[in-house]
Amino acid sequence: MRLLEYQAKELFAQYGIKTPKGISSKNIEQARNDAKQLGYPFVIKVQVPVGGRGKAGGIQKCHNDDEFEIKYPQLLDMSIKGEKTRAILLEKMAEYEKELYLSLFLNRSKRCYTVIASSEGGVEIESVKNQVIREVGLGDVDAQTAEEIAKQIGLQGKTIPDFVDMLQRLAKITVEKEAELAEINPVALLKDGSLLALDGKVVTDDNANFRHPEMDKYQEKTELEERAEKSGFTLVELDGNIAVVGNGAGLVMSTLDMLADNGGKPACFLDVGGGATTESVYEALTLVSKMKKVKAILVNLYGGIVKTTTVAAAFIKAYDDKLIDLPVYARLMGSESEKSKEMLKNTRTKMFDSVEDAINGVVMEVNKRG
Amino acid sequence: MADIYELLRGQKDSSGNYQKVPVIVQGITGTFGSLHAKQMLDYGTNIAAGVTPGKGGQKFEGKVPIYNTVKDAVDATNSKVSIVFVPAKFFLGAATEALEAGIKLLVAIPEHVPIRDTMQVIELAKKKDAIIIGPNTPGVMIPGLVKIGIMPASPFKPGNIVVLSKSGTLLYEISNTLTKAGFGQSITIGIGGDPVNGTRLIDAFDMVKDDPTIEGMVIVGEIGGDAEEIVAQHIMDIKFKKPIVAYIAGRRAPKEKRMGHAGAIVMGNYGSAESKISMFNMANIPVAKRPNEVAILLAGKLEKTKD
Repeated sequence: MRLLEYQAKELFAQYGIKTPKGISSKNIEQARNDAKQLGYPFVIKVQVPVGGRGKAGGIQKCHNDDEFEIKYPQLLDMSIKGEKTRAILLEKMAEYEKELYLSLFLNRSKRCYTVIASSEGGVEIESVKNQVIREVGLGDVDAQTAEEIAKQIGLQGKTIPDFVDMLQRLAKITVEKEAELAEINPVALLKDGSLLALDGKVVTDDNANFRHPEMDKYQEKTELEERAEKSGFTLVELDGNIAVVGNGAGLVMSTLDMLADNGGKPACFLDVGGGATTESVYEALTLVSKMKKVKAILVNLYGGIVKTTTVAAAFIKAYDDKLIDLPVYARLMGSESEKSKEMLKNTRTKMFDSVEDAINGVVMEVNKRG
Repeated sequence: MADIYELLRGQKDSSGNYQKVPVIVQGITGTFGSLHAKQMLDYGTNIAAGVTPGKGGQKFEGKVPIYNTVKDAVDATNSKVSIVFVPAKFFLGAATEALEAGIKLLVAIPEHVPIRDTMQVIELAKKKDAIIIGPNTPGVMIPGLVKIGIMPASPFKPGNIVVLSKSGTLLYEISNTLTKAGFGQSITIGIGGDPVNGTRLIDAFDMVKDDPTIEGMVIVGEIGGDAEEIVAQHIMDIKFKKPIVAYIAGRRAPKEKRMGHAGAIVMGNYGSAESKISMFNMANIPVAKRPNEVAILLAGKLEKTKD
């Protein structure tokens, strides 16, 4: 799960990491009260689960009511890289000397956590210069290690114990909440030498969600994504108009790549998991039927053990129940494919032996219908 | 490190055939475990024992004895290989029990194992000099000889090409096209789709690279992490000369979205398809655009080595 900035900062506050005073909101009525409480000037920051919002104009300064009344609605309507605004954070501006970088990051290849710190933060991690990188096993950071890192990035005086404190608290979050990433970028170095978390990014391990019911409130799934998850599927909703359905994450990704290479626009990524039964494919079609933008469905199922007739039965049931009235371009690999073709002969489902042919077909179909 | 070939196929007996190494199935009475235990038996894998706490003394399919603990199963069968089918939240316990009982090759099928649990199992495996394949893997197989996993049998045929894959269905799909094109497989190893893998891509590569019988290799990667970049660099460093072809899934996936596999996520540039493809290109490894293209590229590469 990827926490939004204001959610990460709630977590920071719980763990005693200092953040600027801020209030999040989802409508202007509430935000007007927040503005009064906070007092001008402050910044308003779009809350989206994707990076690059600063460049996209998602962070604005407000000095008075007039500015606020114009900028707040603009930011609320904003989309960044296809992600709609989830909330807006109003936050007091801090005066600071310098921006630092600090994160705990799961290094997948080394199979351990690493602390990354730098005295030159405020830019994306790839551009952060003079990185100090330390491997810290399962994520615990002792005071001595933290102090060494503080000195390595050139901190001095009272800032050193402040940094040790911040890093150890961030490590505690990483371990206790099972985070893949806990990042503060930038960390502000204030005039008095103390440190403040100006931004926050926390990504937790979804597979550990069952151990963290306290984090459920941060779940940002759409209704459809949640329903898909209950069925053991993975659904990622996208901008296009061709639903992509298959079994196995790699196969569905591969199908989506080929579709996009051929000019098709995927409406979703829907992985129905290893096996495919009449019920699971019917449920997948139910999910797709709820996406208004979908004009056609591309299905790629590789069933080593699966009988394609069980999948064909799901399509027939979906048409009979008037669940869908969409053309389906399907490649069903498995046993009894001739029989499946026969079953689907007079329906809107066309079966293909190769996924490439199914993709060509579905792209032509959607282009034809405009 | 333990030798995966020896663990999988044992020694040759006096008539020149490999022994059938005994394999334990943890979670043999569950729906998924029993289905695949049966299929492994049908393939010829020597399923010597099952483990399900509380069901010790029963028999699976009328012949495979079931034990309450891995230790009992190991004591009875002398097995060093186990395949685990327990639900994800019980994986840490099941794997720890197996490693403590002396298992040296553990194939971890469950999807959705928390990363910290996997990391703890890996730490223990290092101490015990054991190999973990997975979690979230289709398993490992030497076609025609032994199948320890959930892969269907039909796409695979004995041969001399190694296939290493993060994805299950793409492993089947690509092996199928290889088989059709006349390229059988010497071994296939599912790395798994999780962020942290018991056997990393580079570990799997090192397990097989010195096998003199292999003629070529196929690496099936996907977005997320930097396993592909690291193996590509390694291949350059050791000047490995046998033909390799790669495939990367997820080129057109949006950033910062988990695409089905827990590990399939691009964060910034970390894990992007572009980064992987450019490293493979630097290592002179062609990257197929479609699964069907893999066999064509491999044929081309093999042709060149003959000249």
